[in-house]
Amino acid sequence: MDLREAISEHVNDGMTVALEGFTHLIPFAAGHELIRQGRRELTLVRMTPDLIYDQLIGMGCARKLIFSYGGNPGVGSLHRFRDAVEHGWPQPLEIVEHSHAGLANAYAAGAADLPFAVLRGYAGTDLATHNELVSFVDCPFTGESLSAVRAVTPDVTIVHAQRADRHGNVQLWGLAGVQKEAVLAASAAIVTVEEVVDELEARPHSVILPAFTIAAVCHVPGGAHPSYAAGYSTRDNDFYSAWDDISRDRDRFLEWMREHVLEGAEVPA
Amino acid sequence: MSVDEAAALEVSPQELMTINAARELRDGQVCLVGVGPPNAAANLARRLQAPDCVLVYESGAIGAQPVRLPLSIGDDDLADTALELVSVPEMFNYWIGGGRIDVGFLGAAQIDPHANLNTTVIGGYEAPKVRLPGAGGAPEIAACAGSVIVIARHSPRVFVERLDFVTSLAHKRAQTVVITDLGVLRPGADAELELVAVHPDVEPADVQEATGWELRIADPLERTEAPSEHEVRELRDLRASAGR
Repeated sequence: MDLREAISEHVNDGMTVALEGFTHLIPFAAGHELIRQGRRELTLVRMTPDLIYDQLIGMGCARKLIFSYGGNPGVGSLHRFRDAVEHGWPQPLEIVEHSHAGLANAYAAGAADLPFAVLRGYAGTDLATHNELVSFVDCPFTGESLSAVRAVTPDVTIVHAQRADRHGNVQLWGLAGVQKEAVLAASAAIVTVEEVVDELEARPHSVILPAFTIAAVCHVPGGAHPSYAAGYSTRDNDFYSAWDDISRDRDRFLEWMREHVLEGAEVPA
Repeated sequence: MSVDEAAALEVSPQELMTINAARELRDGQVCLVGVGPPNAAANLARRLQAPDCVLVYESGAIGAQPVRLPLSIGDDDLADTALELVSVPEMFNYWIGGGRIDVGFLGAAQIDPHANLNTTVIGGYEAPKVRLPGAGGAPEIAACAGSVIVIARHSPRVFVERLDFVTSLAHKRAQTVVITDLGVLRPGADAELELVAVHPDVEPADVQEATGWELRIADPLERTEAPSEHEVRELRDLRASAGR
């Protein structure tokens, strides 16, 4: 399926949308398509907003962000995310923040169709005070006080993977992040892939998402750049460093987005 | 030593912290590594006294042996060299939450007298002066690792009596050490941080001046060994390998 059609068919303004991929396999091309189609008022969910949500937030697509680490890994700040939280530009951004363990478990609960997940952590921190999706429960067996996080159930989850077969079964390998949980927690899933093959081959550390769990598979080679797809590309660390300068200034950011995203030309992998 | 060699050994505050943090790691320990200075310290330790230290990255790589210094915790080099790759929920539930990490490294924008950490906001939460990246894996690392090494620059803005936001709570069971560009702090009897060592050419008064509360100073106070030529060269070589 064409990525443009898949986004247009499945993602509406105001929806809760998760684009997952923990450093690896981040679905940048799909995020850019959301921006080109001018989606608004989205609730965006992602453990690490990364550059892709910095771009969506800076382009005014998001009303709310559910996340657990909002930095540019190894580089520093996400300037568009900071500008939205600190100055309300281009619009105010409501934030709901977890720890990594909290949000990973919230996806897992969503995938299991459970209302909440149980973990340690959060106790004694200010995170629980500022997040209505975190509470505490007593273990019915030992009486230990544990933290509870409400399940995350996106309307749509979008991920990038290495391969799909012609039936629409998807295979991804390498650092698999929280993609399986995010796909299974969602009402609908869109997957962009590097390659469509006749038959999937067994691979170490591979995750299979059966066709019946996915609404649309789109062939988008290089769709994770500047993140990467193990076996196809490497992480463009230079671009992650360069983004610090590009994103610092509002005008420069807008000019970059106009040139590289809005006017259609995908950044070459 | 020639004048040139002496000049080459002048280390930056960042290098001084990284080298002292690397010295804390023992060979064979299972070490959870975060982005930034901890990443450099753990990989430096692997080149020095702890070649068999098991590096775990929260992205899911267990037993990673990166050749280059990775920029992010999810670089391809980590996944390619790892003994095992696991999903993020598995990483946090079985490996970190399950208590299998000996040493966790943490950084902080603010640290209080009990080594609680803030990586969330400077100023009020609703209208922050500076919005920081947030929690990431830190709260669970602080709660579940056997010991925690905190790396932070020493200044009154960082070492504050009261945090603007408590992101990670120092766990009572964990052994904590705080490595700064001025010295080394460890919790005393009632868990309040105490200055236990200063770096060469640093006086206790310098550390007090850079600390936002009345600092307890150990007696006797130790002095850390100056970074050796070997340590400095290995660190610079490691840094030169970064970013490709």
